[in-house]
Amino acid sequence: MTDKNVLAAYATRLGDNALIIGQRMIELVAAGPELEEELANANFALDYIGQARMFFSYAGECEGAGRSEDDFAFLRPEHEYQNLLLVEQPNGHFGDAIVRQVLFDSWYLALLEVLTRCSDEGISDIAARACKEVRYHLRHSSQWLVRLGDGTDESHARVQQSLNDLWKFTGEMFVPDDLDDEMRSAFNGPHLEVLETQWRADVAAIVAEATLDLPDDQWMASGGKQGRHTEHFGFLLAEMQIMQRTFPGATW
Amino acid sequence: MYTQGLDQSGRGDSAKSGGESKEQLDAFQARIDAEEKIEAKDWMPEAYRRTLIRQISQHAHSEIIGMQPEGNWLTRAPSLKRKAILLAKIQDEAGHGLYLYGAAETLGVSRDQMVADLLSGKAKYSSIFNYPTLTWADIGAIGWLVDGAAIMNQIPLCRCSYGPYSRAMIRVCKEESFHQRQGFEIMLTLCRGTEEQKAMAQDALNRFWWPSLMMFGPNDSASKHSAQSMAWKIKRFSNDELRQKFIDVTVPQADFLGLTIPDDKLRQNEETGHYEHSEIDWQEFFEVISGNGPCNKERMAKRRKAHDDGAWVREAARAHAAKKADASAAA
Repeated sequence: MTDKNVLAAYATRLGDNALIIGQRMIELVAAGPELEEELANANFALDYIGQARMFFSYAGECEGAGRSEDDFAFLRPEHEYQNLLLVEQPNGHFGDAIVRQVLFDSWYLALLEVLTRCSDEGISDIAARACKEVRYHLRHSSQWLVRLGDGTDESHARVQQSLNDLWKFTGEMFVPDDLDDEMRSAFNGPHLEVLETQWRADVAAIVAEATLDLPDDQWMASGGKQGRHTEHFGFLLAEMQIMQRTFPGATW
Repeated sequence: MYTQGLDQSGRGDSAKSGGESKEQLDAFQARIDAEEKIEAKDWMPEAYRRTLIRQISQHAHSEIIGMQPEGNWLTRAPSLKRKAILLAKIQDEAGHGLYLYGAAETLGVSRDQMVADLLSGKAKYSSIFNYPTLTWADIGAIGWLVDGAAIMNQIPLCRCSYGPYSRAMIRVCKEESFHQRQGFEIMLTLCRGTEEQKAMAQDALNRFWWPSLMMFGPNDSASKHSAQSMAWKIKRFSNDELRQKFIDVTVPQADFLGLTIPDDKLRQNEETGHYEHSEIDWQEFFEVISGNGPCNKERMAKRRKAHDDGAWVREAARAHAAKKADASAAA
């Protein structure tokens, strides 16, 4: 791949993660446990959609084929989306969504922090903006994890189950593929194995404060980065893409 | 968004007196007449307090329920830009709900109580949110018409005699006018788009026009508590005055869009300059506010489900806070 192609593909992947977690959070609008939480959820979802827009626009720019942010978001087939399987998982209950956020954001923040120092200005600028947002999201979701873990017997049991259920989607975060390697060698991108050490320490600290147990090492699901998704994903895309697919070429 | 039918629920509340003396009531009215703001700790007649609690809480409930019909299109918004704008709008509405509940709390009612009244069906919210959003154009129509109608109502509320409410409304109005422009811009884009898009816009106008006019509440002749609210300067203009103002402003906008208002009797009176229109179907209005609109049951079911699903979460948060408090007390 040329350098520009690496950047386009990498920015697309980052955009996919932001878009899909944002889309999942959007499904939670008007379903929150508290009004304050409605505001936080919408606010965070808005941040992710904003990040997706920046990453996709940049991907289009690097690719140079005239694709817009919406072309990336709405007009690709399922196998071209390279988001982590974790972010496409259905919302479940509030604890499931919180655990998903903690697991994803602690990884995403660590990744973005490295990317702020990468040698491509386009990526590093977006990463710097996103970092500020995601740092705040992580603080919020970590606080919730602690409340739920430490709260009542019921909340503790529920959120421990969420952690156990979602743990299998964390493995692929740290398995580099060709694109990760190229981003690392050409642009000083993240070293995923190093990231894993930091992530484990961060997550272990939050989980301990929440009086929860880290799940045992287990079989890990993978495939998101290769475009092989879970069964849930097709439905998410069908809903998200419907207008662009039904009215091709229309301006909105 | 907006509270409506200010005199539709809890009829009789404002007629109840709190046993105040004539001197107290006269002194209070003198303050109102002098355009002084009434603040939370000031003395006020019980009926004034009750009227405001009802109106402000209805307004807050409307913001919260109003998130649903718009939220219905969030996952399907046709572009990322539209998705972000809609999400920001809905977030604003949650924020409006939050500070309106806060304004009502200054009158001595808890948010928990207000929420319980909403969930039990005792408290009302604006009838407009019981209509479905069937196409993307409905999101444009809601912004243009529903937020447009809301602004007509809310601008005068910025001068409401009750300080906390008037200050909340100043903030709300700034955001609402932004929403209204965004809605109009969605309609404009559709009307400049393909034939299908334009048809979608016309269909949305057809369905939202009459419900939007109903947002101003019953005709003045049928509006029982307007006079007292006017005297207290909670309300500054009558339902019909505001409705007329809305129609007069909106008809030229529809013309600009190239859309037809679904009222074959609509015409401008050359002498008055006002638009005259057909009679509103008040039967439909009263059906909707008494629970028989197209989506009343769904809106309430979703709100109740969110509340019930969140019970264990709120309980956990309270338990954790109590443990923290115990720990710091012991330290």
